[in-house]
Amino acid sequence: MDIFLLEAIINGVLLGGVLALLALGLNLIFGVIDVVWIAYADLVMCGMYVVYLLYAALGWPLPLACIVAVVGVAILGVAVHVLIIAPILGSAPINQLLATGGLLFFLQSFATLLFGTDFRNLGLRLPIIEVGDIYISSARLLAFAMALIGAVAIYLFLRRTFIGTAIRAIAQDRDIIGLMGVDERRIYVITSAIGAALAGLSACLLALQYDVHPFIGNTFGPLIFLICVLGGLGDMIGGFIAAFIFSQIIAIGGYYSSTELSYVLAFAFFIVLMFVRPRGILVR
Amino acid sequence: MRARCVAYIGWLAIVVALPFFTQPYYMHLLIQILLWSFVYTAWSIMGRFGFVSLGHGAFMGVGAYVPGLLWSYYGVTPWAGIPLGVLVSVLLALIIGYPCFRFRVIGHYFALVTLALGQVIMLSIIAARDFTGGSLGFTLRAVGNSWLALQFVEKTYWYVIALMLWLAGLAVWCLIDRGIGREALDAIAEDEEAAAAIGIDIMHEKLRVTVISAALTAAGGAIYGQYLMYLNPETVSGIAVSLQIVFATIVGGAYTMLGPTIGAFLTILLTEGLRVAFGTNYIGAPNTIYGAILILVIIFMPRGIVDMMQNVSLRAGTLKGSRCRSGSETVRRA
Repeated sequence: MDIFLLEAIINGVLLGGVLALLALGLNLIFGVIDVVWIAYADLVMCGMYVVYLLYAALGWPLPLACIVAVVGVAILGVAVHVLIIAPILGSAPINQLLATGGLLFFLQSFATLLFGTDFRNLGLRLPIIEVGDIYISSARLLAFAMALIGAVAIYLFLRRTFIGTAIRAIAQDRDIIGLMGVDERRIYVITSAIGAALAGLSACLLALQYDVHPFIGNTFGPLIFLICVLGGLGDMIGGFIAAFIFSQIIAIGGYYSSTELSYVLAFAFFIVLMFVRPRGILVR
Repeated sequence: MRARCVAYIGWLAIVVALPFFTQPYYMHLLIQILLWSFVYTAWSIMGRFGFVSLGHGAFMGVGAYVPGLLWSYYGVTPWAGIPLGVLVSVLLALIIGYPCFRFRVIGHYFALVTLALGQVIMLSIIAARDFTGGSLGFTLRAVGNSWLALQFVEKTYWYVIALMLWLAGLAVWCLIDRGIGREALDAIAEDEEAAAAIGIDIMHEKLRVTVISAALTAAGGAIYGQYLMYLNPETVSGIAVSLQIVFATIVGGAYTMLGPTIGAFLTILLTEGLRVAFGTNYIGAPNTIYGAILILVIIFMPRGIVDMMQNVSLRAGTLKGSRCRSGSETVRRA
């Protein structure tokens, strides 16, 4: 097999980890609160700027900067829920979509106001690992490993803790949960914080590989939405698998043509798959 | 009835006469407002029935780029190029609409799929950069005043064209509003399964409004491109444009005939006002305020400004009779 193709496939798997993490966060929020955060990828952008600001501009150690970014984005997520989503939980779904769409405008423009439209990076070069003839970026490997750890942590949290069980219960039956003595509103806030924290974690991992600019959310956002729809909105395992399918299409497509065209290819694939598995890849 | 007719004609006369007394800048604003009103109205044709497309930027981009590229590279007149662009848009709408409707992709799913569609069209335009100029945009080959090329230097021509287009858009809106299909669409918006159970052909009804909406949006994009003479993937397609279309429509009111127009009027004045106020300082500040205002409007006026004003005046008792949910009715009374 072509060595460069193999490299593309490996990179695809590594990218898939981060995408899976993002899809997990979006699915968690959708499953529990029944709202899609259009601005979800822009929370990632905010997190990347926090990492950039603390690490590259203020000289903090990277792990500390990352922790602050995760916590900061989680707080931002709570703010989004309390200020924007909570007041309109009862109104039409389109209004909830649009309110977070307005947030997308707001965050992108605010980032432009603060940082300008320049591409900025951490100025950090992680070593390249050589396996045989294949070169693997250790930043990507680290991102993949962290993403998997994050996903497993969330899985254990949902399975093993009381709050996790309550979150899963809400996703299954919204109406009955109040009768079981669970405060819905508290669960919503916690879910928003966790979902946003996953975006924050992804931001740290992406900041190692990509330059940050105010519109970077537009690069990942639509992809995450496609992944979530393909996996079945709210279906976390489906989303996880779909993330790897899409990252492979992007990676292999990008190898044979341009990055933009590989996105087009992914979308075409998505439409075809909708005919085969309209309710998500895991649902017949 | 006669008094109302006289009033209509009077207002129309004022609107038509307006450009001959205004400066070019205000003329430019008016043309923008009319063209965007047309596009927003086109979106509301499907949006008002709950088919929320976040990808109308795709139709607009195709509508603008097809005639622009055909004219600049092959000298094909926009009179042929625009219908072709509209046709491609309609095909696109069918390709995305058929599987979505066939497999009941509705609500959030539909919104997200269309959002991705908008972005994919934008990326395709960027990917074909040898041809389209990519992110740098693309300037149409200029030939001065020409009916053949649909290019005019004087803004008055564009004003009249935009006005006609806008009126045509409202006419289509009214036709659909009055047609028998509207009852069916209302029923689908209310409950798809129940609608199917009473024998409504859901696929047919949905595809019909989607195709009409896509075709009008493409036409709007084409005229917008011809007017500006410059196309950029970011300004005629992609997430920003798609969301802008939905926002302005919702802010104005998606459920009434003039709601999208009022939405266009308010949002364009707001963005222009903010742009002028900030000048070249604080890049990003105007849009930050714009975004914040959008969020607030959606939280506090979920059915749009037109609807809210009607409610307020209803509560004040200035309007007689009960509130009617028919768009044309409410507008007529307003």
